[in-house]
Amino acid sequence: MSKIRIVHYINQFFAQKGGEEMAHIPAEKVAGKVGPGMALEEAFKGEAEIVATIICGDSYFNENLEKAQKEIIEMIKEEKPDMFIAGPAFNAGRYGVACGTIAEAVKNELNIPVLTGMYIENPGADMFKSKVYICPTKNSAAGMKDAVSKMAPLALKLAKGEAIGASCEDNYMPNGIRKNFFDVKRGSARAVDMLLAKLADKPFETEYPMPSFDRVAPHAAIKDLSKAKIAFVTSGGIVAKGNPDHIESSNASHFGKYCIEGINDFTPENSETAHGGYDPVYANADADRVIPLDVMREFVADGTVGALHEYYYSTVGNGTAVASAKKFGEAIAEDLKAAGVDGVILTST
Amino acid sequence: MKRLELGYVNIKDVQFADKSEVRDGVLYVNQEEIKAIVMEDETIKNVSFDIARPGESVRITPVKDVIEPRVKVEGPGGVFPGMLCKPETVGSGRTHVLRGCAVVTAGKIVGFQEGIIDMTGPGAKYTPFSKLNNFVMVIEPVDGLKQHEYEHAVRMAGFKVAAKLGELAKELTPDEVKVFETPNVKEGIEMYPNLPRVAYVQMLQSQGLLHDTYVYGVDAKRSLSSMIFPTETMDCAIVSGNCVSACDKNTTYHHQNNPVVADLFEQHGKTLNFVGVIITNENVYLADKQRSSDWAAKLAELLGVDGVIVSQEGFGNPDTDLIMNCVKIEKKGIKTTIITDEYAGQDGKSQSLADADPLATAVVTGGNANEVITLPKMDKVIGTLDYVDKIAGGHAGSLAADGTITAELQVITGATNELGFNCLSAR
Repeated sequence: MSKIRIVHYINQFFAQKGGEEMAHIPAEKVAGKVGPGMALEEAFKGEAEIVATIICGDSYFNENLEKAQKEIIEMIKEEKPDMFIAGPAFNAGRYGVACGTIAEAVKNELNIPVLTGMYIENPGADMFKSKVYICPTKNSAAGMKDAVSKMAPLALKLAKGEAIGASCEDNYMPNGIRKNFFDVKRGSARAVDMLLAKLADKPFETEYPMPSFDRVAPHAAIKDLSKAKIAFVTSGGIVAKGNPDHIESSNASHFGKYCIEGINDFTPENSETAHGGYDPVYANADADRVIPLDVMREFVADGTVGALHEYYYSTVGNGTAVASAKKFGEAIAEDLKAAGVDGVILTST
Repeated sequence: MKRLELGYVNIKDVQFADKSEVRDGVLYVNQEEIKAIVMEDETIKNVSFDIARPGESVRITPVKDVIEPRVKVEGPGGVFPGMLCKPETVGSGRTHVLRGCAVVTAGKIVGFQEGIIDMTGPGAKYTPFSKLNNFVMVIEPVDGLKQHEYEHAVRMAGFKVAAKLGELAKELTPDEVKVFETPNVKEGIEMYPNLPRVAYVQMLQSQGLLHDTYVYGVDAKRSLSSMIFPTETMDCAIVSGNCVSACDKNTTYHHQNNPVVADLFEQHGKTLNFVGVIITNENVYLADKQRSSDWAAKLAELLGVDGVIVSQEGFGNPDTDLIMNCVKIEKKGIKTTIITDEYAGQDGKSQSLADADPLATAVVTGGNANEVITLPKMDKVIGTLDYVDKIAGGHAGSLAADGTITAELQVITGATNELGFNCLSAR
């Protein structure tokens, strides 16, 4: 099998052209490996070779962002590489941003696997860790050996198209994509270890850093309900009888929109729940328990509420991914706005 | 000092036979005898038995509960207190365990809230029950039986049969004996003056509507947070009455073999002083959540512990109880580690929990339950594949014509257990 062809990107400093005073040099391409490329190629143990190295000054790249990217992409393209590696940049901020920027551009435009490496506090890390694989490195070039030991195996895996494991298995920065893996110890033993470390004020690593929540401020109250058009939206899984849209009982992939014109009351004949995670007997017997349609019709009839929207929207909340729920919410909101709905009663299970 | 000896009788196979007995590590079962016990319940129309062994090409579904046969040999009370015997306090004396086998109950109680156990193939890696010799009972209800009545019938049948099989080990000499001791608060402080004092806060699934757990026969949703000795759990004081997503419900087997209890005992007297277990529920009403988490925190404060491990059961709604417990206990100056699992979407990109707080700094995860797995066809199915498309974690088309199942890990019994029973994790 022929060797995997890799193009490597480094800055002026790692090409030994000079420090800040040489940061203005434009991109150039040289054949073969240069500087850190030697350690990388050695770590590939003959499976891959660095066919060309792009050297670019950090100032040049960052001050001529579009031009530099275009030039570099052209240079890379000519080599028909299987893989692109940038850095490692350690804690060099502009170099890190350049590595992330060019790696993302190569991934998108040339559609080949890319990899870079940098220190976790390098500004490029936060900017690009969810876009390209980034190996966490130490904060200075003294950590080159450690960086290469992480980057080389991951680069080979990516180049060969092998499945990438969890971030802690394949040594990349958590990229917002949760991946399962089998740890050495069972969860309870890990919990005991973690608690003992926490009690002793020793460092420990949580397996799930807490997310920040997207809170939505409530809309101003409706002043006159008798003139308002109200709609029902539910995550309680109430669907037309037979679940015509096949909404899943858990982790729903879509929502349904059902016409209730002419229906004054939910019955076991016209509706049911698709929702897993609770005893469905009571919802199936009378879905008004989840969507209070019967009472709403009375309110409309006596003028308390102006009108009821002719459709209701429903999905299953059980185990449904937040990203899906957000997507459903946005789509439903668009539809409600187009229909001139003033207020929504949201029900769950 | 509460002291329990667990005598493990190793079971390497289960076979049908004319006489029920345990001989040379084999559990022999007389089906007629067991059938008579199951059929005592008038709400059960029929029961069929089967055996599933590790490595066999067998798929069991829809699985309701898994129960380890145990028997009380010495000391007060009996196994399954409050369910099968009087609610006398257990957890001391001696108990024998048929280790390596289990009673698995199956039936389409809700249809979409039961699980799958594969005895071989990729699915087997995710469920601890693929490593056991399983005596499977598929239970059919009489016509017109309501789901909650059916759940009750299957639950009780499982306990009765497990207790009956456990009896077979009463006179045997165990292969291994382990001793578990819990000193009272005063004794513990005197014995281990320099060790951090740690309690275990176990959250019990109690959302109701077939999401129930029982403690000494009491429905956990109708109970205030409370305290028990860890050895009481080994005598089946806590049992499952659950029909929730299979991956992270605690079966009765999980309660009997609670890994947090086991691993805290492992460190007891060495690196920490394991003080006891606080049990609290996961009710759906906000007032209940507030009350129960207040009480869990209050009991931890009263015990004067330095740290706690909090384990969750289920997901979504109980995430709020988990975070309330964590935050309130942290605010008492007690350090916490919480065990949960994740619903990060099939692509792993979504937020994993329905609630979060910056005080939850130490989290152990049982993995992303939404991750998709392909389960190849098995030669034999115990139960029925009729519900695979509807099971929580399945979708229309999950079951292919060739018998392959493509579904989320959710469908596998015990896959992302939140007691930390497995090695599975996520990053």
